[in-house]
Amino acid sequence: MREQLLSIIEKNSRIDLKEVAIILGCEEETVINELQEMEEEGIICGYHTMINWDKTNVDKVMALIEVRVTPQRGRGFDQVAERIYQYPEVSSCYLMSGAYDIMVILEGKTLKEVAGFVTDKLSTIDDVTSTATHFILKKYKDHGTVMKKRKKDEREVFTP
Amino acid sequence: MRNPCSQRIVDIAPSGIRKFFDVVSEMKDAVSLGVGEPDFDTPWHIRDEGIYSLDRGRTFYTSNAGLKELKVEISNYLNRHYGLEYDPIHEIVVTVGGSEAIDIALRAMLDPGDEVIIPQPSYVSYVPCTILANGTPVIVELKEENEFRLTKQELLDAITPKTKILIMPFPNNPTGAIMEKEDLEEIAKICVEKDIFVLSDEIYSALTYKGKHVSIASMPGMKERTVLINGFSKSHAMTGWRLGYACAPREILEQMLKIHQFAIMCAPTTSQYAGVEAMKNGDSDIEHMRQEYNGRRRFLMHRFHQMGLDCFEPYGAFYVFPSIKKFGMTSEEFATRLLESQKVAVVPGTAFGACGEGFLRISYAYSLEDLKIALDRMEKFIKEIS
Repeated sequence: MREQLLSIIEKNSRIDLKEVAIILGCEEETVINELQEMEEEGIICGYHTMINWDKTNVDKVMALIEVRVTPQRGRGFDQVAERIYQYPEVSSCYLMSGAYDIMVILEGKTLKEVAGFVTDKLSTIDDVTSTATHFILKKYKDHGTVMKKRKKDEREVFTP
Repeated sequence: MRNPCSQRIVDIAPSGIRKFFDVVSEMKDAVSLGVGEPDFDTPWHIRDEGIYSLDRGRTFYTSNAGLKELKVEISNYLNRHYGLEYDPIHEIVVTVGGSEAIDIALRAMLDPGDEVIIPQPSYVSYVPCTILANGTPVIVELKEENEFRLTKQELLDAITPKTKILIMPFPNNPTGAIMEKEDLEEIAKICVEKDIFVLSDEIYSALTYKGKHVSIASMPGMKERTVLINGFSKSHAMTGWRLGYACAPREILEQMLKIHQFAIMCAPTTSQYAGVEAMKNGDSDIEHMRQEYNGRRRFLMHRFHQMGLDCFEPYGAFYVFPSIKKFGMTSEEFATRLLESQKVAVVPGTAFGACGEGFLRISYAYSLEDLKIALDRMEKFIKEIS
């Protein structure tokens, strides 16, 4: 039940809960309670909106930054990561396996702003040894959503 | 000039769904609840495998009965899901959709005068295919009070010394009815006793909403007298690939294979390679789509209940079959007026047999958003007429 509920609201967090209850074949109250419990347990961490900013007049630049760091004794990477993710410009921050240690996804208004963040703030953190910045040119798909218009129903009339 | 056409073919009536939907396709802003195929695209990993097979230049025929690898995977799939055991070499033929399998099975088994018991409402092809195979259709009219299941007594009443085949169309198009294990056990017993063969069309077997589908071929004494038909269209949303299969005892399959090799050669090669991927790695897609359909099914039932449309709860396929008897109209009148007044297209139950009178087939192979629009309009129509 939880799994199904999550997969429904993951796709559409604004869906009418009455409707969700019908789809899942349970009471609306059960749905409300489940959601509340999952919010408290930290399973549901927020209800966001998918926006294709490219279609607005707002300028946004996104960059993906590979960060190498020297891990600290006893605390591993967590402390450095925390110093990085506290910045509001950072939209995602992951510890990675492979060639680098931390991946930072950054949102800025302009290229200059992003560049400034990397040179002034990120690279100056003590344990950061190097960074590599990649700007995102175009988003094709984000959070499982393809950034295109909805497909038309092209099914033909057929018999039987 | 002489009449160029065979009188036998001329006498077969064209499908009743057609004329209705020719009107719909001309109508602007009409919404349809009539389509009998999934609204999902074929899962990408399956499509990708089809593209890959083209990339590699696999544009040859396959052996007549189908790619060996595919038959092995079909055998594994049937074993994994329904506990069936079929020898991929001698007991499986890959066909151009389940519809070809129906045709060649009937042609391989029937002699003139043999009777075929066909429960209705059901898929529109069984009767014409029986006639084309020189058989005589014997219709059993299923009843709403039995949730459109075939009962023991109904079957017994239809059997004559000439009865050779019973067609078992479950999960059912258009009613959405299923037959559960206990129901099938009774039918199987009669078939064994009366020495009747079964053509079990299980094309919707992946779409059941009340426990897992049970195949009549898995009942004691039934495998040797059953032709099992299934395919990829409904389970894996692969209608346009035209890929199905039949499993049968070797003796029957050899005869089916003769018709298949002379009339068809083999199923499309690209589709067969895609089919291998579908059988091997498609189980999670099936489950995902099944859950999606199930949500829509519950939603439809709920809305019908709200708007005062009577409907037994169906547990299979992607159709519901509401009754419109209380509005004092025939199915065709209701469907026509609904289309004219609210521009919603549904299929009159009579398209699937005379006993479909008083019912409509409504498909939920549509997104929830589309269903909502159509249901709102239906609700308006029902207020109008009641």
